[in-house]
Amino acid sequence: MSSMNEMVSRPEKEGRKITLVEALREALQEEMRRDERVILLGEDIGVSGGFGGAFTVTLGLAEEFGHHRVIDTPITEAGIAGVATGAALGGLRPVADVQYGDFLFLAMDQLANHAAKLRYMSGGKLRVPLVMRAPVGATTRGAQHAQSLEAFFMHVPGLKVACPSNPYDAKGLLKTAIRLDDPVIFFEHKLLYGSKGSRKEAGGIEVFGTVPQEEYLIPFGEAKVVRSGQAVTLVANLLMVHRAMQAAKNLAAAGIEAEVIDVRTLVPFDWSTLFESVSKTGKLVIVEEDNLTGGWGAEVAARTADRCIGYLQAPIRRVAAPDTPVPFAPIMENFYVPSVERIVTAVTDLM
Amino acid sequence: MNLTPEKKLAMYRSMVLCRMFEEQVNSLFLQGKLPGTIHQAQGQEASAVGVCQALEEHDMITSTHRPHEHAVARGIPVKYLMAELFAKKTGCCGGKGGSMHIGDAALGMLPAIAIVGGGIPLAAGYALSFQYLKKPNIVACFFGDGASNIGSFHEAINMAAIWDLPVVFVCENNKYGASTAIDQVMKVKRVSDRAAAYGIPGQTIDGNEVEIVYRAMREAAARAREGKGPTLLELETYRLVGHSRSDPGHYRSKEEVAEWKKRDPIARFEATYLTEGLLTDDLIRTIRLSVEQELNEAVAFAEASPAPLPEECLTDVFNE
Ligand SMILES: Cc1ncc(C[n+]2csc(CCOP(=O)(O)OP(=O)(O)O)c2C)c(N)n1
Ligand SMILES: [Mg+2]
Repeated sequence: MSSMNEMVSRPEKEGRKITLVEALREALQEEMRRDERVILLGEDIGVSGGFGGAFTVTLGLAEEFGHHRVIDTPITEAGIAGVATGAALGGLRPVADVQYGDFLFLAMDQLANHAAKLRYMSGGKLRVPLVMRAPVGATTRGAQHAQSLEAFFMHVPGLKVACPSNPYDAKGLLKTAIRLDDPVIFFEHKLLYGSKGSRKEAGGIEVFGTVPQEEYLIPFGEAKVVRSGQAVTLVANLLMVHRAMQAAKNLAAAGIEAEVIDVRTLVPFDWSTLFESVSKTGKLVIVEEDNLTGGWGAEVAARTADRCIGYLQAPIRRVAAPDTPVPFAPIMENFYVPSVERIVTAVTDLM
Repeated sequence: MNLTPEKKLAMYRSMVLCRMFEEQVNSLFLQGKLPGTIHQAQGQEASAVGVCQALEEHDMITSTHRPHEHAVARGIPVKYLMAELFAKKTGCCGGKGGSMHIGDAALGMLPAIAIVGGGIPLAAGYALSFQYLKKPNIVACFFGDGASNIGSFHEAINMAAIWDLPVVFVCENNKYGASTAIDQVMKVKRVSDRAAAYGIPGQTIDGNEVEIVYRAMREAAARAREGKGPTLLELETYRLVGHSRSDPGHYRSKEEVAEWKKRDPIARFEATYLTEGLLTDDLIRTIRLSVEQELNEAVAFAEASPAPLPEECLTDVFNE
């Protein structure tokens, strides 16, 4: 398990600093070159003179692979998810996307009732090698373009769930997702994309990851300890990994050394890395952007309480969004999304 | 149906207000004064205004991610719209909605729905409430060409048709859904052809001629009010700007954009009525000045308005 700090300090010649968008694009490109069965489906993904999808991830891919592999669909999320599922049953490896994660609700029937269950219902005879990409996170677009949806999908047996926080993980996990024989919901955070020019996100943070030239894969179910410490365990995903890291830095200044775990995939979940850390620190703070009630942190808290009760020296704390829709006004949105300060306070309360 | 000069001038002023509102918003956005993203509708004024001018006070409209002109045309005071875009407490949604959700049900517009097609079943449902409560009102349901491919369009129109609901489905066909040309994603020639599948009338008209839109809408509205059920009206129009804040529109040819600029609904109206004498250069100037003043006051109101408190994030989730 390498730490994020090590990764970033690799010498330049071994890797290139690229954005998350570029990392995702490389993953798609490499897998499409490697395997003709990989196709892309989505809205505005291949139109010439267009955007390359809502966040430019597929820019240029139609030019390289043709429109029969980079398939522009009508606005039809249920159709996209269902057609991709059907194509996966038929032997293709579709990577479909929605422009905003919120639109997954339109595709819920196809994903939760069909994609997730066909292997099981067929007694193991079928497989659904489907990837559904979805941008999440609050970015002053209001309540219908902002939600964090990981928990909804984590709850459906049969779906795998990835949620990378940086370009290196995004590339390695997406390549793995494409090769897996199970449906994967692949979440990407809008503020981490690193989109440039006019597509730049206000409030976006610059996360350039060093990504090696040579090919690599990252297995699902392996969390990453991105900072080690003895005083408390912080576990987070997506944007919240960065907030947790910043909080850890601030806490270190006050003499509190936090361990930070990036979950990387929620299904499967790397329980052993988490339990090992909590056994060492005795304290756990879970940080997620989703609404508190029923968020993935609730599951993590319950399992940790069950397995680590003898080690816990304090209550498990959760830093999450309040149970409200995402407000538009930046003042309210900043209140909504867990901040570095809230994480620091949650930790110091436990000390 | 002869339109009075007053009605024509009201439609003209409303179109100018829509256009200048959008231009003002664009400039404020570029100055960094408005958070978030915006989808604007310059060029589509005749559709918003023609439809809304044909409505009665207690009728309702539903709208989309591109709602500014619908809201202005419906008559929601621009200061409350502007304040919402400024994320202020005095905005029509208290700062909780933003550009994509502006609206005010008390003034005849549900908060705009930014899930493409998501507002279409809501419109049918609102019409069901009118029918059930025996109100004499109708719903005008705005959506785009792109939305006509989504499941909710088909499910909602089918229900409205079988139950003769008092709703008019208004498809603003501006030829594109984001970067995607409608003829790439629809096999039939016209969105209105789809009406046949649900057994209701469908009609395609010039959506850049405000009077044509108004007349067609009056007729469809009358039919709906009489209990004869919904109509699918397709208004052919064009957005003269990008899809959203950051779209240079490279997927459209210069020729096509130039062609549609010639069909600008406001310039067309002016050309017609300068010749016919309803408008004079002086009158145009006077109208524009009054619109400008209304907008300046709206911006001043929005800028002077208080921001919401951070904790206001927590209210309005349930009936408290
Ligand atoms: C269900 C859903 N899918 C995708 C989007 C992203 N999106 C926003 S606007 C738009 C295009 C809509 O086209 P159209 O219905 O023709 O309306 P127009 O933008 O032309 O007014 C898309 C794809 C969305 N908001 N909702
Ligand atoms: Mg359109």
